[in-house]
Amino acid sequence: MTHPNDQDAKPAGPDSGDPTEFLSFRIGDDEYSVDIMSVREIRGWTQTTSLPHSPSFVRGVINLRGTVLPVIDLAMRLGLAETDPEDRNVIIVVDAGERVMGLRVDAVSDILSFTKDQLQPPPDVASPATESFVKALTILDERMVRMLDLSTVLPGIEEIAA
Amino acid sequence: MQEIMASFFVECEELHEALTDALQMMADGEHDVETINVAFRAVHSIKGGAGAFGLDDLVSFAHQFETVMDGCRSGDLGITDDLVQLFLRCGDFLSDLIRCSRDSDDINTSVAEGLIGELAGYVPDSGDDGPEETVDFQPTTLSLGDLGPGGPALDLPADLPPLPDLPPLGDLPPLDATAHPDTATTGPRQGLSVTFKPEHELYESGNEPLFFLRALADLGPCDISLSFDAPDDLVDLAKSGHRLSWQIDIDTEAGPADVHEIFEFAVGLCQIDVTERTAATAADAAPDLPAPPADDAPPPDTPAPKITTPAKPAAKSAPKTATKASPTVRVDLERIERLVNLVGELVINQAMLTQSIAEENIPPNSPVSAGLDEFMQLTRNIQESVMMIRAQPVKSLFQRMSRIVREASTAVGKSVKLVTEGDTTEIDKTAIECLADPLTHMIRNAVDHGLESSEKRLETGKSKQGEIRLAAAHRSGRVIIEVSDDGGGINREKVRSIAESKGLVSPDAALSDSEIDQLLFLPGFSTADAVSNLSGRGVGMDVVKTQITSLGGRITIDSVPGKGTTFSISLPLTLAVLDGMVVTVAGETLVVPVNAIVESLSLERKDLNPVSPGQTVLCVRDQFVPVLDLGRELGYRNAICVDDGAIALLISPEEGILVAMLVDSIEDQRQVVIKGMQESYGRVPGVAAATILGDGKVALILDANDLVQNAAGANLTEAERKAS
Repeated sequence: MTHPNDQDAKPAGPDSGDPTEFLSFRIGDDEYSVDIMSVREIRGWTQTTSLPHSPSFVRGVINLRGTVLPVIDLAMRLGLAETDPEDRNVIIVVDAGERVMGLRVDAVSDILSFTKDQLQPPPDVASPATESFVKALTILDERMVRMLDLSTVLPGIEEIAA
Repeated sequence: MQEIMASFFVECEELHEALTDALQMMADGEHDVETINVAFRAVHSIKGGAGAFGLDDLVSFAHQFETVMDGCRSGDLGITDDLVQLFLRCGDFLSDLIRCSRDSDDINTSVAEGLIGELAGYVPDSGDDGPEETVDFQPTTLSLGDLGPGGPALDLPADLPPLPDLPPLGDLPPLDATAHPDTATTGPRQGLSVTFKPEHELYESGNEPLFFLRALADLGPCDISLSFDAPDDLVDLAKSGHRLSWQIDIDTEAGPADVHEIFEFAVGLCQIDVTERTAATAADAAPDLPAPPADDAPPPDTPAPKITTPAKPAAKSAPKTATKASPTVRVDLERIERLVNLVGELVINQAMLTQSIAEENIPPNSPVSAGLDEFMQLTRNIQESVMMIRAQPVKSLFQRMSRIVREASTAVGKSVKLVTEGDTTEIDKTAIECLADPLTHMIRNAVDHGLESSEKRLETGKSKQGEIRLAAAHRSGRVIIEVSDDGGGINREKVRSIAESKGLVSPDAALSDSEIDQLLFLPGFSTADAVSNLSGRGVGMDVVKTQITSLGGRITIDSVPGKGTTFSISLPLTLAVLDGMVVTVAGETLVVPVNAIVESLSLERKDLNPVSPGQTVLCVRDQFVPVLDLGRELGYRNAICVDDGAIALLISPEEGILVAMLVDSIEDQRQVVIKGMQESYGRVPGVAAATILGDGKVALILDANDLVQNAAGANLTEAERKAS
């Protein structure tokens, strides 16, 4: 909620910019987060229907109250180790502009609030792929939290259909 | 005003369609009076409407058009082919004019003047009928509110005897018969007899009969009487409310239409009979009854003496009755869309219900099961009716194409005849709109590239006039639209050399005829040596193909050198629900559209005969049929594994070709709701859409033909990939 009144109520100093809230979640031991405004809902893991000829990171589709929702395995999308889905996994339904997709993650952990000052751009040494997926980094209680860029994380229609 | 304008333009489209239809019939040699009348009336109505909105360009053009047509109607002008061609061109221009008027665009006045000039050449003396004609659509001013003393005499011709002065309505004395002989001579429309019998619903919906009576009284002096149909028993009184009826005799110049206008919002809530009184009945209809003044209509509880209504016998012959219902309703497409979605949900819900009832082990002959069967039947009926709302005949689309043919053939100087078939075939409204562009491209291509020049046609022994055929038909759950010409066919050598010179295909690639034809769909391909106005800018067939594919359709070419080329577009009916066979393959549940399946066979291991590596055939009634393992095609498993009891679904992607598709088992046959995946995910090869089964799981709906094509046309896709 970036309502002006909300901002005034927050303890953030005048120089620290507008605070943004992020939903953080775990994949393996790593912590990632997405802008909370793009999160539609969080669901428990349901068995997906796999799609033929799809890239490995596409888990398949699920029934989201009558609509067919594609589910991306975020670990595989980010090039992390493949894990078999467990019932404790969750699907974060995100809405990035025109596309709505589900992201399979291990567990949702927290809602974090950061100002722009607290976010750092990822260093240049990162591999080209990760660099484009992660748009910012920050430190929270000596843990590193990565902010994902949903517009690149969600594959374009051309990318899947190719 | 904007809204009225909008509805005028919608009407114009309909009228123009009727006009085009009639003109086309005239072009086909139908010269009878009724056809000309239809065309004339259409133009006349457009002119009338345009006049009311002050669209002067439209009026003047339509007027000239109509004048010439009127000459044909009266037989003064003979109908010649040239004249019909001129009419057709005028019809096209009229639609341009309508469009320009609607969008407030500039109008090409030179074309208008040219056509008006041509039309004027047909009018013997075009000077004298202009002003007289325009009287027809001048808005008639009815001074209804002004019916005080002398009111009814206001607009009467001068030579009629003056009416006696009438006192204001409020204190109108009962009309006596002596007043009538005078009014009776004022013309054929001196009065109306209205029988007004409210139904129970009228009172229930809060309407007040008094207001209707007052409104009627505004039309002219009224003679109102109430009759009360007393029930035999007081108990019956409550059951039926329509015991009261009024008989109103009005001395007015207004026609029945004005009365119906008053009762417009009470249609269906009351019975209205309106008759125009003739002089004789008018006199008869004025019995010396003490009819109270209008503002003092009898309270419902005073039964007036029953009077005989002299208008009754005439009522049957009255031109209009109040129960006249408008034949069409214009509905926002979005609302229909919502209805379609809801019906989709209903079908899913019903499947879930069926599943849970099956799990409860309820015996099949129980009332629950019987009720469920009925429910399924109803759901199916609802769904079919909803789909019918969206469907529209392709006629309007084809009519637009006849114009394209006319324009294109004039531009390239070829004589072309368009033959349409199956224009009553109904397809989804959105599909009609999306097809207009691709079809226009294809028609232009056919005229420009497909047909040879007239000289060449004569050389090859063909008739001078080329023919383009546009046909639509429903075939096995899809709509097939064919555009064919009787031209020279595709010059495959030329196509190939062009593709090579443009680097679209490698020179040493071995391509079959149909593969060469497919090259036409590659982006950046153009065969015309000279870029003409019409086509040949290299944006053509590839765009057509993309558009058709985005509708879920396919396009194929069939060309015979010297005989002509046929492009067929095959579209799904875009129904939201289809009959599907639920099958399992390698643990996955899939849905195969029932209309794609020719037959299903139970297999044994020995029925399958390997022919070459990766190719297996099945012998069905002495015919060898290629086998396609669904699990392998979709990437669920690597090798064909057939246990005894596996099922082969025979599908026929094209006429005369059979392919056997292997599945593990058939689970069910049921209606499934199509859920699109294109927007959220994109196209999956071999998969048409998805659906949700009774257990809430998503199952994929296969596109059997696409699967077969992918398997068979793997080489071509390779070539396409190289090319791009």
